[in-house]
Amino acid sequence: MNEIFDVFQYKFLTHAMLAAFLSSITCGIIGSYIVVRRMVFISGGITHASFGGIGIAYFLGVNPLIGAFGFGILTALSIEYLTKKQKLRNDSAIAILWALGMAIGIFFIYITPGYTPNLMSYLFGSILTVTQGEIINLVVLTLLLIATFILFYYIIVAVAFDEEFARTQNLPVTFINYLLIILVAVVIVLNIKVMGIILILSMLTIPQNMANLFTQNFRSIILLSIIFGFIGSFFGFILAYFLNIPSGATIVIVLAVLFLIMKGVVAVKNYRRF
Amino acid sequence: MKNKIVELKHLSAGYDQQIVLNNVNFTVYNNDFIGIIGPNGGGKTTLLKIILGLLKPFSGHIHFYNNSQKVPNINIGYLPQINAIDTKFPISVKEVIQSGLVQGNYSLLKRKTNKNDIRTQEIMEMVGVDHIAGKAIGELSGGQKQRTFLGRALISDPSLLILDEPDTYVDHSFEKELYELLKKLSVNTAILLVSHDVGMISTFVNSIACVNKDLHYHPSNEINEEVLRSYNCPIDLITHGTIPHRVLKKHNH
Repeated sequence: MNEIFDVFQYKFLTHAMLAAFLSSITCGIIGSYIVVRRMVFISGGITHASFGGIGIAYFLGVNPLIGAFGFGILTALSIEYLTKKQKLRNDSAIAILWALGMAIGIFFIYITPGYTPNLMSYLFGSILTVTQGEIINLVVLTLLLIATFILFYYIIVAVAFDEEFARTQNLPVTFINYLLIILVAVVIVLNIKVMGIILILSMLTIPQNMANLFTQNFRSIILLSIIFGFIGSFFGFILAYFLNIPSGATIVIVLAVLFLIMKGVVAVKNYRRF
Repeated sequence: MKNKIVELKHLSAGYDQQIVLNNVNFTVYNNDFIGIIGPNGGGKTTLLKIILGLLKPFSGHIHFYNNSQKVPNINIGYLPQINAIDTKFPISVKEVIQSGLVQGNYSLLKRKTNKNDIRTQEIMEMVGVDHIAGKAIGELSGGQKQRTFLGRALISDPSLLILDEPDTYVDHSFEKELYELLKKLSVNTAILLVSHDVGMISTFVNSIACVNKDLHYHPSNEINEEVLRSYNCPIDLITHGTIPHRVLKKHNH
């Protein structure tokens, strides 16, 4: 047991804890929006396409997060535009951008001379190497997200629930759609370091679906998702530290096991009621 | 006092390059209760979308009026076809109804005014969902859903109410109740109602608009075979199901 407390004597471990906490809040809020709006596949597209930006950034020798940021936002806006204008089938557009982003990433990483450090941490997450700068980014994002959701809460819910009706009420539907898809992209990019490109979808969906087992209220789903997300990332990070496994993988496994247990408990409870 | 509130002039509309409505002229007055009938794919929904501002016309104009003054838009209450609603969405009956009042109070910081709460309560009682205010929409029956969405359409006190097939998924007793309620509302609100139940429509509405690529306005609520045939109207309604029976029965007396 003492070993667990020893963990926090190191600065990088404090950073990791903070990262897990901030990741739970940002993914908890934006993931709830993604889940109730059925945008999980879109989010998967944004996540994977951002790998293209990471590849280009490696090639140019700049911070990979800057590349991911550019690609993430560009993909988010393209998907929003293409789907709304109905130039392409929604899911096809996503799949094309998803694969193209990954392809560009691989292309540039292979033509970059020499060794590409930390590549694995972007793919699978590395909560133990989160830097102070990345923590500050997450803090700013968390505040921005909370402010947005408090200020526009009822419009966000109205637009997410029934976009067409919201339009007939002259609500700023297009503005909200673009604002939220950009926030989705930013949340994904800033959490890549914690969860990894391949595994981040789990933090945006598993806590939310756990929460949905217990409540049908959007605000409660957000709050419970944050709590469940934190439980998952805390124990995931402890496992990652002691077993020396990428944090993304351990967090997903902890979340999935928790989800299965809760689903089982709820199912048994419902069964007993009859 | 008869004031026009919506006016469509030589309006054509559709999707991509396909024209669904062609050269439509149509005026809605403040005391109208208009039933819209027509075959599937004839353009009923397109007409509603144009009036709701969800679709831009290819050509022609749509104008809104308030006390004979041209205005950019009017307050419209809209009841969509409820099969398009995502019933897994985590939202309660009360929240759905209040989502019709978001304009102007959309922040969590702004404390909900008493006035809003009173209005919500009033509407929930009017449409008969006050006893299930906290239920999630996924747990509702078809009729309860219709009542809830009707409440959402009514809460902002619209000057025009647009209802797209409000009588689907509802039981007979509610259907009757619904039309009685609409009759009451129509004293202060203009109503456009799309329905397949031609028999039911004709007993409540004041006039009929028949939409089948073009629009024919029939300034009375009598639907007889001649009207339907001469306007090239919903042939499929006449030939299928129990509806023609009702239509003819209405006219044989």
